Amino acid sequence: MSRRTSPVIPGFGLTLGYTIVYLSLLVLIPLGAMFVHAAQLTWDQFWGIITAPRVLAALRLSFGTAFASAVINSVIGVLLAWVLVRYTFPGRKIIDAMIDLPFALPTAVAGIALTALYAPAGLIGSLLQPLGIKIAFTPLGITLALVFVTLPFVVRTVQPVLADIPKEIEEAAACLGAKPLQVFRYVLLPAILPAWLTGFALAFARGVGEYGSVIFIAGNMPMKTEILPLLIMVKLDQYDYTGATAIGVMMLVVSFILLLGINLLQRRIEHP
Amino acid sequence: MFIRRFALAALAGVLIAGPAAAATELLNVSYDPTRELYQEYNAAFAKHWKSETGEEVTVKNSHGGSGKQGRSVIDGLRADVVTLALAGDIDQISSRSKLLPDNWQTRLPDNSTPYTSTIVFLVRKGNPKGIHDWADLTKEGVEVITPNPKTSGGARWNFLAAWAWAKKEYGSDEKAQAYVHDLYKRVPVLDTGARGSTITFVNNQLGDVLIAWENEAFLAKKEQGGDQLEIIVPSLSILAEPPVAVVDKVADRKGTRKVAEAYLQYLYSEEGQRIAARNFYRPRNEKVAAEFAQQFPKLELVTIDSAFDGWKSAQPKFFNDGGIFDQIYQGH
Amino acid sequence: MSTSNLPSLSAARRGSPWGRRILITATWIVFTLFLLLPLYIVLSEALKEGFGTFFSAIIEPDALSALKLTLIATGISLPLNVVFGVAAAWCVSKYEFRGKSILVTLIDLPFSVSPVIAGLVYVLLFGAQGLLGPWLQDHDIQIVFAVPGIVLATLFVTFPFVARELIPLMQEQGTQEEEAARLLGASGWQMFWHVTLPNIKWGLIYGVVLCNARAMGEFGAVSVVSGHIRGVTNTLPLHVEILYNEYNHVAAFSVASLLLALALLTLLFKQWSESRLTSQNSTRETH
Repeated sequence: MSRRTSPVIPGFGLTLGYTIVYLSLLVLIPLGAMFVHAAQLTWDQFWGIITAPRVLAALRLSFGTAFASAVINSVIGVLLAWVLVRYTFPGRKIIDAMIDLPFALPTAVAGIALTALYAPAGLIGSLLQPLGIKIAFTPLGITLALVFVTLPFVVRTVQPVLADIPKEIEEAAACLGAKPLQVFRYVLLPAILPAWLTGFALAFARGVGEYGSVIFIAGNMPMKTEILPLLIMVKLDQYDYTGATAIGVMMLVVSFILLLGINLLQRRIEHP
Repeated sequence: MFIRRFALAALAGVLIAGPAAAATELLNVSYDPTRELYQEYNAAFAKHWKSETGEEVTVKNSHGGSGKQGRSVIDGLRADVVTLALAGDIDQISSRSKLLPDNWQTRLPDNSTPYTSTIVFLVRKGNPKGIHDWADLTKEGVEVITPNPKTSGGARWNFLAAWAWAKKEYGSDEKAQAYVHDLYKRVPVLDTGARGSTITFVNNQLGDVLIAWENEAFLAKKEQGGDQLEIIVPSLSILAEPPVAVVDKVADRKGTRKVAEAYLQYLYSEEGQRIAARNFYRPRNEKVAAEFAQQFPKLELVTIDSAFDGWKSAQPKFFNDGGIFDQIYQGH
Repeated sequence: MSTSNLPSLSAARRGSPWGRRILITATWIVFTLFLLLPLYIVLSEALKEGFGTFFSAIIEPDALSALKLTLIATGISLPLNVVFGVAAAWCVSKYEFRGKSILVTLIDLPFSVSPVIAGLVYVLLFGAQGLLGPWLQDHDIQIVFAVPGIVLATLFVTFPFVARELIPLMQEQGTQEEEAARLLGASGWQMFWHVTLPNIKWGLIYGVVLCNARAMGEFGAVSVVSGHIRGVTNTLPLHVEILYNEYNHVAAFSVASLLLALALLTLLFKQWSESRLTSQNSTRETH
C-alpha cells in the first residue's frame, strides 16, 4: 500500500508498525472501549441522549464559548505573533518565553487563579462589579478561561510562518503604495492563513474539551453554564455510564472530524 | 542516557511501591466534609488498635463528592471501608458491584450511622438579609449558595430539607415543588461538591446564604476566625445520616476484615463519638451528646425514611434524570 | 527570531511609529492581563504568610509523595513518547502512503480529546466493571486507582507533543542528507544517529519540554483515574486541589507555585533550546 518517495531510506516498516501498535494500545483500543460501551444503546436511545435539552444547552455552551475564545485568540494570537516577530522592545524575550505558560500551568491552578481574579470579590471582578459586569460564573468567564488555556496555539502556529516571510515582499508592496491594511490583506494574510486556521482549530478543539480550568469559574448551572465535560461527570456520578459514553462518543467524533479537516486542509495547501 | 537511567529508576520505584502494602493498611473512601474528622479519628484509632492488639495500622483516606467516590469503589478503588454522605450511594455499590450484601445498613447500630448531622444556614456577619427560616430564602434579592444535587450528597440533603419544610408549611407536593423551584432560581453557582460551595460562599464572597451541613457550617466559621459568619438554625430540617460500611469483598481479599470492622465499631465508642462531636458531627451516644449539648441547638428533624420513604424512592423521584430537580431547570 | 529592528530598515516596512507603539502596548496589556496576573495571584497567595509556611507546605510528606508520583509519571511518559514521536515523525515525513492524513489525525486526537474522556476510557477498559476488569482482578493486577493508571492517563494526554513538533521539522528538512549518507555506505542506524538525530535534536528537545510541562501539570484525566488516596495516588496538581478544599489556601498556592516553578524552568529550557534551534537553522542555511 505504500509509495515510498525515497527507496534508499530504511525503516518504513519498523517505524510505521511501531507507530500503529503504540497508537492502538494507548489511544485506539481505550477509545474503542468507549464505543463498545456506547454500543449498548440503540441508535434512537443514543440520539435521545445527545439531543436532550440539557445536553443540547451544554453543547451550545461548550462549542459557543470554545468558538468565541478561538476567535478572540485568533486576533490576540496574530497580534502577539506579529509584535514578537517584527518588533524589538524591552521585555520581548520574556513575553516570548511566557507565551507557553498556559500549556505548562496545571489547569486546576489556572482555574483557581482565574476565579480568584474574576470572582465578584476578586482583583478584577471587584473593579467590574460596580459597572454591572459579571465575569466569573457566566459564559463570559468560561470564555476567558478558555482564552487563557488556548492562548499559545495561534501564536505558536503563526509565529514561525511570519518569521519566514521575506521582509522585502512587504516593503515592495508598501513602496508600490499599498496601505498597511492592504499589505496585510493581500500580502500577509494569504501566507499566514493556513497556519492561522490550524491554530484556530486547535484552540477550538482543545477548548471544547477543557475541564480543569473551566470548572472553577463556570458556575455549573444546568442549561446555563454547564459545559459538556461536566455533564459527562454528572452522568457518571449518577452511575449512568452509557449516558456518559454517549456524550463522550459524540465529542470524540466531532474532534476527529475537526482535526481531519485541518490536516486535509494543510495537505492541500502544502501540495496544491 | 540520563533519560533512560531516570526511567529505570522510576520503573523500579513503581515496582517497589506496588506490593509495599504488606503492613496493615486500611483505605477509607469518604465524602468531602469529613476530611478533618477522619484526620483526627485515624490517628486515634491507630493508637487504640496498637494498644489493643500491638499491631500497627495506618489508615489512608480518599475524599470527594459522595457519588463520585461510590463510583470509584464500583470501578475498583479498593476501599476497605466506605463512609459516604448517604445510604443511596452505598446501596449503589452493593447493587452494582456486589462488594457488600444489600442488608449492609443493618449490620451496625443506628442504621450504620455512628454520627448524624443536619442542614443549617450560614450567613454573613450581622445577618444583613435577615434570614431566619426557609421562607426567608426566597425573599426578594436573596442569593442562595448550594451545591449540585446531581453530584453532591450534601446537596441532596439540602434539597430534601427544603422540600420537607415547604411540604409541612404549604401542605402539598405541588406547593413544595413551587417553593424549591423558586429557591433554586436564586442559586448563581452550583458547585459539584459541598466543599466547593463553602469556598464559593466564604472565599469568593458570593451569595447571601449558604445551605450547608451543620458540621461544614461550624468548620467554615472556625476556619474563618469565627466572627465573619453566623449560623442560622431553621425551624425544621432533616436528620442527615451519613452511613458507614465495611466493603466485605475487598476487606476479605486484603485480609483486613477484622481491623476494618474494629475501625467502624470504634466510631461508636465514647472516644470515637467525642472526636465526631469535636468535629461538629452530632454524636449518637447519649452521654457524649449531653457533654456537647450546648454546641448543637435543638430543632425539629424529619428523617429520610419517615418523610421520603427512604433513599430508594427519593433518589429516582427527585434526582434521577427527568426527576423533580431536572424539571426546575428544564421548565425554563 | 529575526533581528528586524535594525536602523537600516526602511521606514515603509516599519509602519508609522504610532502603529508600532500601539501594537506593542496592546501586547503588554494582553500579556499582563492573561499571563502575569494569574501568575501574580498564585505567588502572592503562596507567600501571604511568609517563606516559612511556604516551605513547610512544600516539604510536608504528602506534598513530597505527590511530587514523587508526578516525577515518576513524567519520567515514564517522556521516554516512551519520545521514542514514539521519533518513529511516527519518521514514517510520516520520509514516506508517502495512503491513509497518512488519517494517521496524522489519529496522532493528534489526544490533543483535543477532553481530559475527562481520556480518564474515562481507561476506567471503562481497566476498571472493575470494565472490559478487562474481571481478568485483571483474577490476576490481582490493579491499573486504575493506582500508579499504572496515572501513568497511562499522563501518556495519553502528552501523546502527540513530540510527534507534532518533529513532523513539520523533518518534512522541511527533506531526505537528501539521509540519502547521501546511505549512498556513502552508512547503515540505517548509523544514518539515524549521525545524520537525522543531530538535525532534529533541538526540535526534539522542544517537544520533550512541552511534553514534560503538560505531563507534570495534567489534572482532569489523572483526576478521573486517581482515586485521590492521600499520600498514595495524588499527583501535585491533585494535591493542590485537596489542599484548596481543606481551606489550606496558602499551602495550596505554595504547592501550585512549586509546579509553576517547574513550569517556568521548563519554559526557560525551551527558550534556550529554541534559540539553539534557530541558530542551528541559520548556520545550515548559510552553509
